Amino acid sequence: MKLTLHIWRQTGNKDKGTFETHHLDDLAPDMSVPEMLDHLNIQIIKSGGDPVAFESDCREGICGQCGFVINGHIHSPESHTTTCQTHLRSFKDGETLHIEPFRAKAFPIKKDLMIDRSAFDRIIESGGYIGVNTGQANEANSTLINHDLAEKAFDAAACIGCGACVATCKNASAMLFTSAKVNHLSMLPQGAPEAAQRVKNMIVQMDAEGFGSCTFTGACEVVCPQSISVFNITEMNGRWLWG
Amino acid sequence: MLNSRIPAGPLEDKWTNYKNKAKLINPANRRRYKIIVVGTGLAGASSAASFAELGFNVEVFTFHDSARRAHSVAAQGGVNAAKDYQNDGDSVWRMFYDTLKGGDFRAREANVYRLAECSMELIDQAVAQGVPFAREYSGYLSNRSFGGVQVSRTFYARGQTGQQLLLGAYQALMRQNAQDNLTLHTRHEMLDVITIDGKVKGITVRNLDTGDITSHACDALVIASGGYGKIYYLSTLAMNCNATAIWRAHAKGALMAAPSWTQFHPTSLPQLGDHQSKLTLMSESLRNDGRIWVPKKAKDTRNPNEIPENERDYYLERRYPAFGNLAPRDISSRAAKERIDAGCGVGPMKNAVYLDFKHAVERLGKEVIAQRYGNLFTMYQKITGMDAYQEPMMIAPAAHFSMGGLWVDYRLMSNLHGLFVLGEANFSDHGANRLGANSLLQACVDGYFIAPRTVMDFLAEETPEALNASDSFEQAAKASKDEVEKKLNALLNIKGTTTAEEFHKQLGRILYTKCGLSRNGKDMAAAKSELLELQQTFYKDLLVPGTEKDINFELEKAFRVADYLEMALLIVEDALQRQESCGAHFREEYQTPDGEALRNDNDFCYVSAWEYLGNNKYQLHKEHLNFEFVELQTRSYK
Repeated sequence: MKLTLHIWRQTGNKDKGTFETHHLDDLAPDMSVPEMLDHLNIQIIKSGGDPVAFESDCREGICGQCGFVINGHIHSPESHTTTCQTHLRSFKDGETLHIEPFRAKAFPIKKDLMIDRSAFDRIIESGGYIGVNTGQANEANSTLINHDLAEKAFDAAACIGCGACVATCKNASAMLFTSAKVNHLSMLPQGAPEAAQRVKNMIVQMDAEGFGSCTFTGACEVVCPQSISVFNITEMNGRWLWG
Repeated sequence: MLNSRIPAGPLEDKWTNYKNKAKLINPANRRRYKIIVVGTGLAGASSAASFAELGFNVEVFTFHDSARRAHSVAAQGGVNAAKDYQNDGDSVWRMFYDTLKGGDFRAREANVYRLAECSMELIDQAVAQGVPFAREYSGYLSNRSFGGVQVSRTFYARGQTGQQLLLGAYQALMRQNAQDNLTLHTRHEMLDVITIDGKVKGITVRNLDTGDITSHACDALVIASGGYGKIYYLSTLAMNCNATAIWRAHAKGALMAAPSWTQFHPTSLPQLGDHQSKLTLMSESLRNDGRIWVPKKAKDTRNPNEIPENERDYYLERRYPAFGNLAPRDISSRAAKERIDAGCGVGPMKNAVYLDFKHAVERLGKEVIAQRYGNLFTMYQKITGMDAYQEPMMIAPAAHFSMGGLWVDYRLMSNLHGLFVLGEANFSDHGANRLGANSLLQACVDGYFIAPRTVMDFLAEETPEALNASDSFEQAAKASKDEVEKKLNALLNIKGTTTAEEFHKQLGRILYTKCGLSRNGKDMAAAKSELLELQQTFYKDLLVPGTEKDINFELEKAFRVADYLEMALLIVEDALQRQESCGAHFREEYQTPDGEALRNDNDFCYVSAWEYLGNNKYQLHKEHLNFEFVELQTRSYK
């Protein structure tokens, strides 16, 4: 199949950036989007150009490293799907695609489609953990955790840290990311002792990183590859207000 | 010459004896020692966090943009532990024996026993960190079975166990990063090991965002950079997995053990076309409820749902009735290859077998299957566009895990003084074939429980000097940086016509066909000359765009492929010298009449450990394996 790509090129964070057009032939419907970009890059390199910088590692939708905006869709026109799990059969032969990086003030563009998501690491660093040192743990079955609670904790813990929730939000808010971690840890008995501090510290860090406020449109849940629920945000707000 | 330093005493007391005698460093003095950790997967992150908790001065390097991206994240099925929560006859001894047997008696007894012994503590640690393992309605932890065992000892978090364990380790790492004694450098790749008088004293890294090359001193170096299965190009590994860290250490004197032992995972998705960059794994846990079959008749083109039961060959159940669909990975992969080679393969390229859930859905209902494997079925649908509730999955063997790696002694220290190697990067625990759900376990046990003891024991005998860099270090660091610059520039200056990726694909094809799931002397001799030719072409015709002083993914790939090309030759060399079949290493010349691996314990009961001599030359050293506590037996799953 054939596609026309308008792809975002930007040399660094200071550069203004622009779309560059490429025509691709010989594409297979089973190719994933990163595989299409591999194909494009070989074409660019062989004609003496600078290949498109993009990140993609596991290509199984779990490492959270990839993620572009394709024709205005965060990650993918498919719902709850990462860019790497999007295949060309999702597009029509002859279609034109606009491919851009995730955009948010807190995610500066490094080059082309590469962005800096270290703000997420700093939010985790501020309290997204249970403060247990190696060796301190008690016997695993001495803490009983109800099946449904364990499943609920997993639902929140499944976040892959890709940043789609921020990219789709009109305010570039990181509330879904932050609340998923706050709730995962704080709803479990092991994470309860630090719950009050955790929510406070992580929200303070989130604000310091320049993420916007949440106006609860629910757009984040729609694009989340792990379908993390917006109810995490209400639950986190409850923890913030009432401890 | 190789001293594995196994502590004296009965098997079950060895680790305790070691710990009792290990030397300690006073808490106030620990901060004077600097430990560098390369890699932030399970082994790297867990060891770095544990060192920092003890008070050592720790510097951590990863080429990823965040520590959380390391490839441990992709492991699906689970982690083993001999808790015997199911009252089904499990014990440390049984787990040790299963693992040793699973590895076809090509691992050290003492290491394997320690792995089983520490497994229980790991589950405790992970639960305390908030890892949401599956639970029964009563609140107790749930288990399932994996290949090669008859008990249920696998703990799991849906199909994302690796992700959840890694997030636990990553969070422990980030918690330390917020404090003073740990510094994390993301987007930095290790390109050289600095040695002075045969001792490891530091590393040289490239900042992948700016191209800056810097050297960092240490009193002990920990490499936990993962496996090298990506050398086969098409593999279940992430795109950036590479052998450069271990290969650079190897070039500086660290012995490489059993490099030809690569596991082919039986439940990957098959290759669909030439454009493909990787193969996606479907968790082995699916074999708990799925049944594997091919049509009895060769070249059967009917839709699978139209093939009646009596025309299906459930070949694993037929050949291995005792273990059935849960036969170990090497055996399952080979059995699939045998049927595919016989013309019974299915799918567009006739390179796959069916994994069928029809009976499981009938028995348990769709809801239960969805709860157990829902995300895997969704992933299957996303990749193939097919619904596995309606028709069987198509699966095929794919390069997956490297049992081989840098040689280490019982302390996980290489023959290079001061270099420790953890997780998949070392060779130590899995013999010639790894059992499912032992990989996450080994990475965690190495990082949380073993390295903190053994590295401290080692450092207690060393004078801390890394924090006050000496003239001799500055000199060695300069030489190292110059060498790295020279190599990068050499790659940039070839200005040929073929990209690193294209060379990698060719390399993978040679290895897959001639030194893959099965090997023979004739094909491997051909592979050797093809690889030498490819290596020569690489240095004449490589095309790397851009410069060294910028983000340059092509340069990163080229450096890794250059190392892979050297390593491929050693893989073939290693497979050639081992004139027996064992575990994942199946030499066609050495098999039983019914096609099973034929081991030769008289001549090959050793681990090969290769010394790098340069110019594609290697010297073989042997670590003989002494079995004091178990009797060597022919492995049978029938």
